[in-house]
Amino acid sequence: MKEARGTVFRYGDNVDTDVIIPARYLATSEPAELAKHCMEDIDRDFVKKVKPGDIIVASKNFGCGSSREHAPIAIKAAGVSVVIAETFARIFYRNAINIGLPIVECKEAAEEIKAGDTVSVNFDTGIITDETTGKTYQGQSFPPFMQQLIDAGGLIPYINSRE
Amino acid sequence: MGMTMTQKILAAGAGLPKVEPGQLIEAKLDLVLGNDITAPVAIKEMDRFRKKGVFDKDKIALVPDHFVPAKDIKSAENCKCVREFAHRNKITNYFEVGQMGIEHALLPEQGLVSPGDVIIGADSHTCTYGALGAFSTGVGSTDMAAGMPTGKAWFKVPQAIRFNLTGKLSKWVSGKDVILHIIGMIGVDGALYQSMEFTGEGVASLSMDDRFTIANMAIEAGGKNGIFPVDEKTIEYEKAHGAEPGTVFTADEDASYVATYDIDLSQIKPTVSFPHLPENAKTFDEIPEIPIDQVVIGSCTNGRISDLRIAASILKGRHIAEGIRCIVIPATQKIYLKALEEGLIQTFIEAGAVVSTPTCGPCLGGYMGILAAGERCVSTTNRNFVGRMGDVTSEIYLASPATAAASAIAGRIADPTEY
Repeated sequence: MKEARGTVFRYGDNVDTDVIIPARYLATSEPAELAKHCMEDIDRDFVKKVKPGDIIVASKNFGCGSSREHAPIAIKAAGVSVVIAETFARIFYRNAINIGLPIVECKEAAEEIKAGDTVSVNFDTGIITDETTGKTYQGQSFPPFMQQLIDAGGLIPYINSRE
Repeated sequence: MGMTMTQKILAAGAGLPKVEPGQLIEAKLDLVLGNDITAPVAIKEMDRFRKKGVFDKDKIALVPDHFVPAKDIKSAENCKCVREFAHRNKITNYFEVGQMGIEHALLPEQGLVSPGDVIIGADSHTCTYGALGAFSTGVGSTDMAAGMPTGKAWFKVPQAIRFNLTGKLSKWVSGKDVILHIIGMIGVDGALYQSMEFTGEGVASLSMDDRFTIANMAIEAGGKNGIFPVDEKTIEYEKAHGAEPGTVFTADEDASYVATYDIDLSQIKPTVSFPHLPENAKTFDEIPEIPIDQVVIGSCTNGRISDLRIAASILKGRHIAEGIRCIVIPATQKIYLKALEEGLIQTFIEAGAVVSTPTCGPCLGGYMGILAAGERCVSTTNRNFVGRMGDVTSEIYLASPATAAASAIAGRIADPTEY
């Protein structure tokens, strides 16, 4: 079963790609290097605290701003297993799916889950469980085509598999 | 139910008689764009494809513009990666330093965008070309990497918001004020996943430069694209720039919109978006005295010739306030040359401004005007996020070129109608 489980880092509305990975680090596209500066301008402690599997929960319009794929790459390389938000900005949404960073849209989970909670996400069912509070939430499912992209591991493996 | 202008272009691009909002389609691409930040990632990703090479060497545009002339060794390596890829694949539309410009000003100027085109660019402000009646949208590097060999991309057909424009803009008010006003009204996610379609009799009065500025910032409302109908001004612009005539699409009479906003252009006032979101739009009746440190006039949003003309008309015969740095960046070499011929560059320098070669530099905190802790900048760029132009405690106030020029003289955020 495909599942994510980890501790929650919590952010609000409109987390933009400039705070996810500031442009001063864009001269590189090396995932490990980008991960060192992930969330630097919104949460200086993030990279010190984040452990493999941890989860980002945010409110509306996560990833707004630039098209830089460096943003989902940095988050993925920092070890984050899934980003849960009420909504995602559209380019970030595409990029996350294309590079294989799991994302889930869920308004209730985005409203209620708190920083430090232990949360698990079942990607097969879309069920989000806040193990700290015991509450469960149903994340939005993807249209079949997008699910195929996700299952293939991203856009490039998907296109390769069709040829 | 009919289709919106965007839906019609996407249907044609996908070879379908009709599309519905929410439908996932695969469309043929007329142009795939990348820059020195996003193209290197795409070029590396392309190695993972079974299919090698590019689908059409004339339909890929590579514009190193963000950190050029190379600001450091890593940037130079990125530029080298793009340059070598362009040469290896015989890319027609590769623009080297000396011919380049800021991509979204350059491509229309080079006649590379036609009405009805389907365009993706690995840069969020690719939505600019909607001003010419094309569907164009920003994507990431992987989409660019997939678009270059296949000439195709997948899209979710968007719903649309209609902005019905009436009236004419007042003196000192421009497209920037219109789009800041709109973002202030609907919010930074007000058009999330949607098209912003600008219609109405007011469109005719807007210059092409105003339309580029408005379409450019559709992304700042979360929009998938911003689009204008094709009219005489569009056709005239396209002819002057040697573009192919393309295909003119118009929205069906019975097209469905999520919302319609009526906007009387004559009522729009000079507008400034306060830190740290473009939606924090204010007019001068709500703006206290705010001293500033820097002014930037340029970018893909406002580095065109009419932007420089209006800024110069305010700066002419005046001097920038003591202690203020004013950085002017013509968006392309052609615009730079035109500004030189018209005496605008001389006006800027005599007023105490610095004039730079085309670059995105300061807009995204790359170089050429980074802000120190606590500094305030009035900028004609498009984003005022935390740390966007420098230190996390610096502040960006987004404004039109007229407001930026007036502010440079006053040393505070200033209303251009005072001049």
